[in-house]
Amino acid sequence: MNGGRASRMWGWALAAIAAAMSPTPAHAHLNSTGMGPVYDGVLHFVMSPEDLIPVLALALYAGLRGAGYGRETLFVLPGAWLLGGFIGLAAPATKGSVVLSAIWFLLLGGLLAANARLSLRVTAALAALVGLSHGYVNGSGMGPSMFAGMVVVGLVGAVFVVSALTAAFVVRLRAEWGRIAVRVAGSWIAASGLLLLGWAARAARGG
Amino acid sequence: MSARWRTGALWMAGLLLVLLQAQTALAHPQQGQAAGFLTGFQHPIAGLDHVLAMVAVGLWGAQLGAPAVWLLPVAFPMVMALGGMLGLMGVPLPGIEYGIAASAILLGAAVMLEVRPPLAVAALGVGIFAIFHGHAHGTELPAGESALLYSMGFVAATGCLHAAGIGIGTMHRWSWGQAVLRAAGAAVAVGGVFFVWRALA
Repeated sequence: MNGGRASRMWGWALAAIAAAMSPTPAHAHLNSTGMGPVYDGVLHFVMSPEDLIPVLALALYAGLRGAGYGRETLFVLPGAWLLGGFIGLAAPATKGSVVLSAIWFLLLGGLLAANARLSLRVTAALAALVGLSHGYVNGSGMGPSMFAGMVVVGLVGAVFVVSALTAAFVVRLRAEWGRIAVRVAGSWIAASGLLLLGWAARAARGG
Repeated sequence: MSARWRTGALWMAGLLLVLLQAQTALAHPQQGQAAGFLTGFQHPIAGLDHVLAMVAVGLWGAQLGAPAVWLLPVAFPMVMALGGMLGLMGVPLPGIEYGIAASAILLGAAVMLEVRPPLAVAALGVGIFAIFHGHAHGTELPAGESALLYSMGFVAATGCLHAAGIGIGTMHRWSWGQAVLRAAGAAVAVGGVFFVWRALA
């Protein structure tokens, strides 16, 4: 990576951090965006860390492993999410499990931190599992609505865009420090998963 | 100063300006989830004992260079989270306050003396200290917060403290910087002695 590009990337990264740390009044988690069910689905995904973080972790991992992994994940993950979502729509209403979220955080974050050398097939299977399980929870949690299918479509579109952008960003990373930063992000995700497990255990014993 | 450094300095100045004009946040009105993230983020930086030890990990990593400079900050949050999980589960760990104070003393001494043990020994030592810090946090975590956002904020703050230490530690490339880092290590160790005294009092 040449100096100019590195400098620009630093600039963008710092600007993103600055924007993220500069709070302005937000009106998040409304029932509806007022822009239709597709945008409701997009917003739901972006505002739900239990969905967003596993997608980011998987996309970061796929990007770290290379363009082939990124391409595979890019289509398997949203496809499985869509399938899981529509299965969930037909299933009885369920709520997401904290333990399940913790396990995904731990597994995907751990793989990313360790830069584990999974085969393409195993990675694709993992993406399919992530997509099916999260899609199912999304679909079954929506309740009866004639627009629920469109919400799932919006959600899956957001999954596609986020995983595409994230994996593409990491695939292009050549500097060693950049790839290490991605692995550090994995360790943070795994650590959050461990803490979540602890929270779940405390909740189970009534703490 | 090269053009690259000048650009970097300009961006840093811009970042500081943006951070200094922070406004009131009214986000996430439904369940206080933003409060969960912010509370989690504030927790590790609220205690000086934790701050000193975690910055010292970054300083030491910067002194040791690659691969320790990234291995230690990767290992610490994960092992600390393991300690936090044990604390949340109610698994007792004796002598936590002494362990935390000892971590500041030993990490400070390691920075002060520029100790260079084998990587596995450094990682093991940092991991043991991380257990104490994590357990203390785990037993202190408040009930009723958004667990996921709180955990993410908590881990992110820990990582930022390491990053701050590594950032400060980049001055190690200059001879005056090495002297400053050693002095910082001594200050951390003195802080650790104070924490032992406080734990005994």
